[in-house]
Amino acid sequence: MTGPLNVRNIATVALLAALVLLPVYVQLGGDRFMLTLFTRIIILALAAVSLNLILGFGGMMSFGHAAYLGIGGYAVGMLAHEGVLSGFVQWPVALGASALFALVIGALSLRTRGVYFIMITLAFAQMAYYVISGLARYGGDDGLTIYKRSEFFAPINLSNKVQFYYVCLALLYASIYLVWRLVNSRFGMVIQGSRSNDMRMRAIGFPTYRYKLVCFVIAGTLCGLAGALLANHTDFVSPGIMYWTRSGDLIIMVVLGGMASAVGPLFGAVALLLFEEFLPFVIKLVGTPMFGDAAGRASEYWQIIMGPLLLLVVLFARGGIDGLLSQMHRKVRS
Amino acid sequence: MSEPNNEPMLQVHNLAKRFEGIVATDNLSLDVAAGELHAVIGPNGAGKTTLIAQLSGQLMPDSGRVWFAGNDITQLPMYRRSALGLARSFQITSLFRDLSVLDNVALAVQAHAGHSFRFWRDARAEPQLREPGRALLARVGLAERADWPASALSHGAHRQLELAMALAGQPRMLLLDEPMAGLGPEESARMVEMLRALKRELTILLVEHDMEAVFALADRITVLVYGRVIATGSPADIRANAQVREAYLGEAEAEGADHG
Repeated sequence: MTGPLNVRNIATVALLAALVLLPVYVQLGGDRFMLTLFTRIIILALAAVSLNLILGFGGMMSFGHAAYLGIGGYAVGMLAHEGVLSGFVQWPVALGASALFALVIGALSLRTRGVYFIMITLAFAQMAYYVISGLARYGGDDGLTIYKRSEFFAPINLSNKVQFYYVCLALLYASIYLVWRLVNSRFGMVIQGSRSNDMRMRAIGFPTYRYKLVCFVIAGTLCGLAGALLANHTDFVSPGIMYWTRSGDLIIMVVLGGMASAVGPLFGAVALLLFEEFLPFVIKLVGTPMFGDAAGRASEYWQIIMGPLLLLVVLFARGGIDGLLSQMHRKVRS
Repeated sequence: MSEPNNEPMLQVHNLAKRFEGIVATDNLSLDVAAGELHAVIGPNGAGKTTLIAQLSGQLMPDSGRVWFAGNDITQLPMYRRSALGLARSFQITSLFRDLSVLDNVALAVQAHAGHSFRFWRDARAEPQLREPGRALLARVGLAERADWPASALSHGAHRQLELAMALAGQPRMLLLDEPMAGLGPEESARMVEMLRALKRELTILLVEHDMEAVFALADRITVLVYGRVIATGSPADIRANAQVREAYLGEAEAEGADHG
């Protein structure tokens, strides 16, 4: 139906290539801040990609996905605090703890549906948030500074910003590929069938619960990886990274980018975080000549513009950015 | 394939189910012989769909027992019954609407092809799933529409797809919940022909409102009223049964006269 050369594929390849080339632009004298900003975008995109596996493909509306960011992040932070700096220990612990948490939450929440599922995932994530906030040894509410980033063998040095950027980017691309393979495999067909009509899946002979549980654990583990990266990126972890509004941000990225696509959440993360970063400036820039100081104050409330935009996407572009790009192709052809 | 033996394929003994005081299934006993097409009829609210739901495992009975091919399946979940060879179609079409027609059948094939913890290979490129899927679509007359999204099919074609999916696991017995519901006369006739062809191969329990189809196809008929069996017998017996005429057929004939 759609050939390889269409608007959507070109836009996807362009974005993937631009992200690879970004450090070159920075080296050539571009804004160094861009490297920091995009490292963050890439890490949160990885979290959104993992959420999309259960939300977009599996129809599991988890409202507690940021919990894994926190668990992955705190695994790195706590171990660093205790003097364990090796990434070969920190990262597997981050992934393992996230997987275990996902297994427990999933085992309980996947027995429910709809609003109950949303509420249980939210409740567990908030519980984890309060537990972490209460750990005085690890900074409690104030968070925990990480003085040294995870250590790997000789040439890899995560304190080097460019190297760290590429590590994050490679892990993001690997995750997108992994999700893409997963959702098209037999396993993925079960997950997608269950999103479409779970009762029918059971009637034709699939024990859907165990497949959804495995999917839930894979998504949690992948998000734990994003958490480990995020802790290294900011050299700091606080309970804030697992607060429920953060879970909301991840959902927005997925919906904005496109739920039925493996790369969609990357589009969504880029769009949302660039809006967050630059919309206040734009409001100030455009508004000041017209409204004076009021525009400056209004710029703090950039969500006033973000909100309606998201509404438009949900109402008129169900496939998100990825869906819009695919439609553009169809319009161009016809 | 089905050798004659005395053990029924499906045996239902004193099945009972209530919903908040309303008796939906009232000490219902019934058996279906191997290779038989057994129709269950009854006025609206007689508990036909509730019966199918309990036989397929969607609902658990309050009491009573169900045996299928010698196994006590009373407490088994849906997917286990399906694995034993008891397949079900739905009264309200129940498909994977956002997947293609072929994907729908291929999923049904996959359900019976071992576990699905296979994470890497593209399932849409597996001939073991796609080829039997295409063969099933050809069998129900949907081969040309294999690549359509399931949501784009007409109602009649949905029922054909339902049937293809029920057949995918090579079941020993089919539970068909109103396969003719909402079909035009031509589509109904085609469905009757398809079921006639199937009935030699499989045991079928058919719940259906279309009396013409029921009397054309059934070897035996059970009549339910308020969840209770009021008669079981050959089509001729049922036609002649005074109680049935009073409870049900009278109403149906009056309806038929209206339509005619």
